[in-house]
Order: sequence, then structure tokens, then C-alpha cells
Amino acid sequence: MSETTLGGIASRMPKFIRRADPAVATAFACIVILLLLGSLYSRSFLSPEYLLQQLKVASFLGVIATGMMLVILLGQIDLSVPWSVATGAMMACAAAAYGPVGVVIAIPFGVLCGVAIGIVNGVGVAYLRIPSMIITLATNAVAQGLMVVYTGGFSPQDSATAAMRYLATGFTIPGVPNAVIIWALIGAAMVFVLTRTSFGRVVYGIGNRERAAYLSGIDTRRVVLIAFAVSGGLSAFGGVLLAGYASKAAQSMGDAYLLPSIAAVVLGGTSILGGRGSYLGTVAGVILITLLQSILSVMQMPEAGRQIIYGVVIVAMLLLYGRAPASR
Amino acid sequence: MKDWRYWLAEQRGTLLAFAIFIVMFAIYSGNHPAGFTANVVQTAANKGVLLAFVAMAQTLVVITAGIDLSVGMIFTLTNCMASWLVIGTGLETAFGLVAVLGTGLVCGAINGAIVIYGRLQPIVATIATGAVYFGLALLLRPVPGGSVNEDVADFLTGRFFGVVPASLMALFVVVLVVWVPFRRSELGRAAYAAGSSETAAYMSGVPIRRGKFLAYTLAGLLAAIGGLFLTFFTYTGEAAYASGNAYTLFSIAAVVLGGVSLFGGKGSAIGAIFGALAFRTIGDLLFVFDFDPLWQPLFQGIILLIAVSLGAFALFRVRNRLEWFL
Repeated sequence: MSETTLGGIASRMPKFIRRADPAVATAFACIVILLLLGSLYSRSFLSPEYLLQQLKVASFLGVIATGMMLVILLGQIDLSVPWSVATGAMMACAAAAYGPVGVVIAIPFGVLCGVAIGIVNGVGVAYLRIPSMIITLATNAVAQGLMVVYTGGFSPQDSATAAMRYLATGFTIPGVPNAVIIWALIGAAMVFVLTRTSFGRVVYGIGNRERAAYLSGIDTRRVVLIAFAVSGGLSAFGGVLLAGYASKAAQSMGDAYLLPSIAAVVLGGTSILGGRGSYLGTVAGVILITLLQSILSVMQMPEAGRQIIYGVVIVAMLLLYGRAPASR
Repeated sequence: MKDWRYWLAEQRGTLLAFAIFIVMFAIYSGNHPAGFTANVVQTAANKGVLLAFVAMAQTLVVITAGIDLSVGMIFTLTNCMASWLVIGTGLETAFGLVAVLGTGLVCGAINGAIVIYGRLQPIVATIATGAVYFGLALLLRPVPGGSVNEDVADFLTGRFFGVVPASLMALFVVVLVVWVPFRRSELGRAAYAAGSSETAAYMSGVPIRRGKFLAYTLAGLLAAIGGLFLTFFTYTGEAAYASGNAYTLFSIAAVVLGGVSLFGGKGSAIGAIFGALAFRTIGDLLFVFDFDPLWQPLFQGIILLIAVSLGAFALFRVRNRLEWFL
């Protein structure tokens, strides 16, 4: 009875509302609430300049979260993000110090270093069957060790190339920061891959049940390997952009991106168990996290308070819609 | 098969960790300029027990097939708390000790409640609670500082009868008071059963929820004991993000070295303790052989990578390729 009434109401609503994921809708609702709260605090909160600035800051997290989402869709996790980001940034800046050739290959070299970290992760997870949480923690430690040896434990002196600065802070289209365009391009590519290619379908398939995907004749191990490599590469690219934004790399510059990237993906309704989630949700999650950070810093909340509010908000939102089904 | 063979098969991981530790420590003390003296042992023990406590905490959660990525942050938080509270007269110090250990219990219980009753994934839930605990630690100690009751600290970090390191004795007492009763209790068995096969345990009417909750709560307590000892060694409290993260990471390495299965249901805290001591000794080997300390993080990372890759040998025993996807 109640089901038919519900169905009756639902069929009268526009199609896009019926199809909307409740998690994505909640995330967007939270964004609106945050914007309203912010505008109560300060008039300039709804100004286009401020919003564009927020989008620009969000795009760094957006690039990193894109890779994280791919891995989470598989039902895995990538905890090597902090030092993949730092490695990408440091190696790009390091390459820039090696003359004109170095300047040209700086960005690809930084990204490739991230891909290398991702491949180690992927081999460990796909072929050695090590739990992703563990192997990515280990590669994170190794990447950190390599960078500490390379930099001598200090922030490296090399600075970002003009191209990196242009990508992160320049304007190709007047009014729209380049970083936002890059995020849009990467996001569009990700949406295309996830919804229009067999690779994308396989990613969802593996996330639901790897056994079934394997029995359907898919080389699931190769897909997992590629996904981790892409995640590592995108993390490193995020690092390259960040280095361009700050015009140099720094130790532990990636630490601030692990929790937010996982949170952005999960708050956007992607199941941490894999197999379910949309990129639109991740976009919502990234903007939500960035706005939250921005509001907390506008309110001059100290680091301690920010960490606490972060943790509490993430747990609270997950309790709202990220719970596993009750046992049997 | 004889009884002792079963026992041997069950304790294989622990014995292996013990053997690795003995070999590493023999190399370490053999090459140490001062040789095998009470001082060398005391220094090694004091560094080792910190990780041993955190590794024990991680073991309890890993046994239930979960993971606690907030142990390092509970360790940091209790360190900061202890630098405020464990000071003054005997009564005040005692109150401080109880408060610090109680905080650990509460942190663990919060993790447990969120994971078990909130039905969230342990990884995400404990990363998030870890951020909260670190925020609290930062609130308590925005800059490093504080102090501790030095009589208690020196007593617990010194030596008994000039030979036995007090910190090792403390570790032994904690094993007897926390781990052994847990292992032998019904709820401890439930935690093992839940890690081994949650569905089967549930069907058999094992109290898996209470067992897991107890495991998470005791993990908080053990991490707090570790934080307390850190305060005793350093006399200060410091909310260091990197150090908290490192302890979380090393606790996982120690657990793996100690023969505890990350898939749950297998292993013991004793193994994790030897895993922790062995891991610390491996790190110290670098100093004995005069390496640049800059190489230490890389060396520890590689050890960790090798330790976790060892589990891949189980793949050789797989007969049916479908067993890859567990």
C-alpha cells in the first residue's frame, strides 16, 4: 500500500529529482546551507569573486579526489596520497632545476613519479593480494623516506616552473582560473571513462564483486593496477598544481589532503565498500569540504578546532547515509 | 597429531617474531660500542615498549578484522593530557593517571561505538575520529611543553635491582592484567570468532558486538598506556601530527611482523610485542652501523613494505584462482 503511494508521488516528480541519489542531494543541500550560513557572517560570501576563489582552491582537492574516487569505487583505498602529492610537487620542481630540458619535462616527470608509486600500490593490491590499506601505507612511508633522503629533511629550494604557475594561477579564459578548467577537464574525462567505456563498467563491477567480474572473463587485476596508477598520477598532478600555486614544494604539503579527499568522495555518496557512486557526488563533496574549510578559516578557527569539526562532520554525515546494512 | 604440534602451529607467528627479534637484537648489541650492558638494554627497552603498547592496541582491533588508524592519535592525545595532569602530590598524580587511562578507554569506546553500532567502515571512521583526537591534543598543547611527576617517571623508566628495565616489567604487567584475561574471556573469544568469520560467529550466537566493542575499548586503553609512557620518557607533551601518524603506521608494521593476520581471527598480542621490539631494533641497527639518520625513514619504509609483502607467499598455496578474491 505505502509502496504504491510512494511510487505514485515519485512518478509525478520531474525525472531528474527521481533519479537523484539521496546522498548527492544531501551534499548539495549542505552546500547551500553552508553558503547561507556564510552569507549571514559576511556579505562578500556570495560575491562571484569569492565563489570563484573557492572553486579554484577546490580544484586542487578535486583533482586528487578524482583519483581517490576511482580507487574507492573498486572497494579499495589509497592512503599514499600525502606523499604522492609531495613527491609529484618535489620531483617536478627538482626537474625544473636541470636546465631548459628539465623545465619542459617538469610536469610530466612529476606526474610519472606519482604513477610509479601508484603502480607499486597496484601490483601489491592486484597481484600480491595485499590489503590496499596496508600496502598504500607502506608505499607512502617509502615515498616519504625517498623524499627525506632527497631533500635532506628540509623544504627543497627549487622553485616551480612558469608553466606550473600558469596552470595553477593563470587565466586562459578571462575570469575563469586555469585550475578550475583543469579540474573540469579531468572531471569530464572521468565521467566519460566511468559511464561510457567498458573500463568504467568493469570498475563498478569489481567494486560490487571482483569474483563475478573475474568469472565474466575480465582481467580484473590489470584494471585494479591501472586504477591505482591513475590515482597515483592524479595525486602527483594535484601536487604539481599545488607547487605551482605556492611556487615551490614543501615537506608534508600533502598531509592536508588525505582525509579531505577520502571525505569528499565518501560524503558525495560513493560507497566506501565500492561499486556505487557518481562523479557528481564527488564534485559536491569536494565543494562541501572546501567551503567548510573556508568558513572555518574566515571565522579564524584555530587548527585544533578545524580538525575536531572536520572529524565530527564526517562521522555525522556518514552516520546519516553511509552506514553498512544491518547484519542479516 | 600431538597437542604440542597444535600449539606450535598456532604460535608459529609469535615464535617467528620472537626469533627475528632475538637475531636483530644480537646483531644490535654485538655491534654496539658499549656492548650488551644494562644501559643498552634499558635504552632499547624504553624505546621499544612505546611501540609495543601501541602495537598491542592495534592487535586487539586487527583480531576482529578491523583496523584502528586512530591509535597514534590517541597516543598523542594522552601524551598531551598526561603532561598536564600527571603531576603534583601523590594523590593528584594518581588522579591524573586514572584520568589519562580513562580518556584512552573513552576514545576506544567511541571508535567501537561508531564502527559497531554506527556500522561505519573502520578505516574511514577511525581516520575521522583520529582527526578529532588530534584536534583535542592540539587544543591541550598548542606548543610542546608541560611536565610530569618525575619520581613516578624515573621509577617506571629506570631499572629494578640495577638490571631489569622497569618499562619492560610494566609491559609484562600490562600483558598479565589486560591481554591474558581478554584472551581467556568469553568476549575475547568472541572477538577472535568475529574476526575469523563474522557470519558463522553470529549464527552460533557468539556475542560478537560486545566482543568487538571490548576489543576497540581496550585498544584505546593500551594506546593511552603508551601515551603515558611517552610522557614519562620525554617529561613533556607534544601534539605532533607526524609522530602520531608514524606510530599508527609502525603499529601496523609491528602487528604484521608479529604474525597477526590482517584479515582477522589469527595472532596474539605477544607476537605483536615482539614484532614491535624487532621493528624498533631494525631501525636502531642503522645507528650502530653509522648510517646517516636521514636514511632512517626510507629504511623503515622498506622494512614495512617487505613485511607486508611477506603475506603474499600465501598465494603459492592457493589451488583455486577464485580464492584470490576473498
